Amino acid sequence: MKFGVVIFPGSNCDRDMIDALRNDMQQEVVELWHKDSSLPNFSKEDCVVLPGGFSYGDYLRCGAIASQSPIMQAIKEHANNGGKVLGVCNGFQILCESGLLPGALLMNDTQKFECKNVFLKKQSSTAPITKTIKDAVLQIPIAHGEGRYQADDAIIAQLKANDQILFTYCDADGSVSNVTNPNGTIDYIAGICNAGKNVFGMMPHPERATNAILGNIDGTQIFESLILN
Amino acid sequence: MQAPATLEQAIKLGLREEEFQEITKILGRTPNFTETAVYSVMWSEHCSYKNSITYLKKLPKDGSKILAKAGEENAGLVDIGDGWACSFKIESHNHPSAIEPFQGAATGVGGIHRDIFTMGARPIAALNSLRFGNLADAKTQHLLKGVVKGIGHYGNCFGVPTVAGEIYFEDCYTTNPLVNAMSVGVIPPGTKMISATSYGAGNPVFIVGSDTGKDGIGGASFASADITADSAEQLPAVQVGDPFQEKKLLEACMELAKTDSFIGMQDMGAAGIACSTSEMSAKGEHGMIIHLDKVPTRQKNMKAWEMLLSESQERMLVTVKKGREQEVIDMFEKWDIHCQQIGEVTTEPRLKYYMHDELMADIPAESLVLGGGAPIYQREYSEPSYFADVAKFDIHTIAEPTDLKAVATDLIQLPNIASKRWIYNQYDSMVGAANTNTNAPSDAAVVWVKGTTKGIGSTVDCNGRYVHANPKIGAMIAVSECARNLACSGAKGMAITNCLNFGNPYNPEVYYQFVYALEGMGEACLQFDTPVTGGNVSFYNQGPDGAVYPTPTIGMIGLVNDINNKMTMHFKNVGDTIYVLGKQVNDIACSEYLHKLCKVELSPTPYFNLQEEHAIQQLVLQLIDKKLIASAHDCAEGGLFVAAMESAMAGNLGLDIQATTPNGLRTDAYLFGEAQGRIVVSVSEENKTAFENACGANATKLGVVTSNGIQVIGQDWGSMHDWKMKYDEAIEKYLN
Repeated sequence: MKFGVVIFPGSNCDRDMIDALRNDMQQEVVELWHKDSSLPNFSKEDCVVLPGGFSYGDYLRCGAIASQSPIMQAIKEHANNGGKVLGVCNGFQILCESGLLPGALLMNDTQKFECKNVFLKKQSSTAPITKTIKDAVLQIPIAHGEGRYQADDAIIAQLKANDQILFTYCDADGSVSNVTNPNGTIDYIAGICNAGKNVFGMMPHPERATNAILGNIDGTQIFESLILN
Repeated sequence: MQAPATLEQAIKLGLREEEFQEITKILGRTPNFTETAVYSVMWSEHCSYKNSITYLKKLPKDGSKILAKAGEENAGLVDIGDGWACSFKIESHNHPSAIEPFQGAATGVGGIHRDIFTMGARPIAALNSLRFGNLADAKTQHLLKGVVKGIGHYGNCFGVPTVAGEIYFEDCYTTNPLVNAMSVGVIPPGTKMISATSYGAGNPVFIVGSDTGKDGIGGASFASADITADSAEQLPAVQVGDPFQEKKLLEACMELAKTDSFIGMQDMGAAGIACSTSEMSAKGEHGMIIHLDKVPTRQKNMKAWEMLLSESQERMLVTVKKGREQEVIDMFEKWDIHCQQIGEVTTEPRLKYYMHDELMADIPAESLVLGGGAPIYQREYSEPSYFADVAKFDIHTIAEPTDLKAVATDLIQLPNIASKRWIYNQYDSMVGAANTNTNAPSDAAVVWVKGTTKGIGSTVDCNGRYVHANPKIGAMIAVSECARNLACSGAKGMAITNCLNFGNPYNPEVYYQFVYALEGMGEACLQFDTPVTGGNVSFYNQGPDGAVYPTPTIGMIGLVNDINNKMTMHFKNVGDTIYVLGKQVNDIACSEYLHKLCKVELSPTPYFNLQEEHAIQQLVLQLIDKKLIASAHDCAEGGLFVAAMESAMAGNLGLDIQATTPNGLRTDAYLFGEAQGRIVVSVSEENKTAFENACGANATKLGVVTSNGIQVIGQDWGSMHDWKMKYDEAIEKYLN
């Protein structure tokens, strides 16, 4: 298994993601350029990662321009063939804009960009990215202005019925309440996957929590689960 | 050539009569309008430092680790070992932020990052130092919200973490807030610093980045005048920023830096094309022919002087080696950035600006720049009359408080002391995955240099009220607090950058503040061996009610050799003993307690002794090195009580200050006084003996860390959680 991290103009967590996967998780990582229209030797087992940042300045809507870029066509094919795709923060927004994940990410209810540590409760027991996470609660940082997940009732019902909700926001003890909801997201949702469970999107940044020097390695559990399954 | 300009036009552009005559002498003829406009910005205070350079030159700037000294390049450069270098600088964007807080602050951040990456250094940390009026005031709330949003907007999108900052609210900043932004970057081994120079006749000169528009025209002159009610009419002088464009420009420049395809590069900040062409040419002792009609513009029919003075953001000037043009063009095109040749280098050291083959301006490059023909003035100064009132302060006129808990409760909720989380949570502090402070707070932010075990500590500090009370001592305290914050983080200070925010230099009392603040700064920098690598002078910070507090903000960097040995500020374990290092003094002067709660406007600077300060910092560095302490946090605004509480709250623990008020001290001085040179530390049981032996009389035992309760001198003050809620929510209450 190898990872391919896409670099869009305006991506700014691309290097963090590459460092986390390559140095902290000891994975093979290739860099992918937004103008490329194909993925080099990618099989179903390989995982494309859309990193955080402000792709194309996030003018128009977050992720909207990136969703139309040449590489996204290749990534859609990869995903439709069952290949793994992970989108973090802006990457999650791009996946929603490109239709690979249902729903949309709206402006935080606080109307402010928020960067802080939050706690995540693992929800899906069947998605590869959460399946073998050991701890019930992980501390992972968020940093976004538009991370309020929204979808209609039918989609939410399907996400629940099909075990597609990856994480919900909670407190350190795993309790979920409005106090622990950092952005007003529906049903405290922090991340979801598609029905095929090969496309994953999450607002929190696991790549910022993989090195002991930074005082938090909870993110490694997420990547380990993704690699193992 | 255009017709000669008139004296009236020159004065309207901000030049003085004698300056206009001097220009006529330099050119051997009366300058035309375009030339006059170029001189007006290049000789403005902002670009020429004409009223400050005499004193800036007296600051210590030499050191064994200094790779680029003050004035040599766009920013200072320091050797941090193993082939790595660190570039850093602070700059003000006060006047634009007063008029248009969002864009003013945003472009301040963009501008300072450009200064760093134009040298080939990748920015890894951003800091800011802010001053506003009373937070209860609606206008202040508007300015604060805009500035914070602007800083966040630019920094978050550009992708450099905002790691530290400071903010004060004082009435004197109501009309004229201060917005100072600092950037810290690193150059890895094997990559050379990029110099802001241009030479080699026939080498092509390129403009890269955004198109040139009419925004920010005359911004440098705007920054060099008092803020008045008419200032809003100056709106076109405020630039508009595009962090996405700058992010692409950064990546392209980082690729360029790895090659030897070019001679030099300079970012376009104040005075845009005029400044970058003249400074690079003067440094390289060559000239340039520039065809302004080739500059990509945003608007049609821009005039020559508008293009020369435009401060459109996200632009660079690059002198490329002849024959290597395509390589450079390809590099910028990869990132979809305009890269356009607009001229070439000439042997004759003159700048000739053409518009459709018509010569619009012909100026000796040297005559425009600092160190060349730009004027230097000695301003008059006289001791401020308010000093007499400062000296009158008598501690005995202040009754000792009977209800200490009530005082402490008010103190911890003062905007200058309370949690700044409403502000810093809007900044991405973690992008780059190298800032260690979000998860483990220390007095200075410590950012890991990836690929090494090093950490770069950085901090910005200045208590303007102290400087106002005594410019020399106040500035010494500002430098000392920086060094103290670094020491408490386990870092030895290496060098400083300064942002000198003062009022109108033509006011002799303001100029007195400037002269003596620089004297104090220089003395303190010598003591801490932290040379000055450059910075920024911002005069004319005043409104209708007079000048702001003299605010010489210091930005200091330091090195943590082994990042695993960084020291943090929060209490770690219940039962650890709390001590204070340094001298306990019967002093409440200039404190938040005295100024805000006792309402005493003027009082002298708090107790300060430079040598004692240095000794305490050396001591704390040794204690960290020997691993004898569990936390370290300096006593600053709010004194001993606030310092200890901050350590407790950050560790989610309580405290019990058991030590009673020392002999000869008032209780308010003991708990809330702001005598300098003190550090609160906590020590585990097993290290107590070794710690006490190492400190001797320099340490005073205060009490112990508890699980949640707050006890002070035998009184039960409730739970830490209640205090933390008050501390956390005090500022938010004004803004949500």
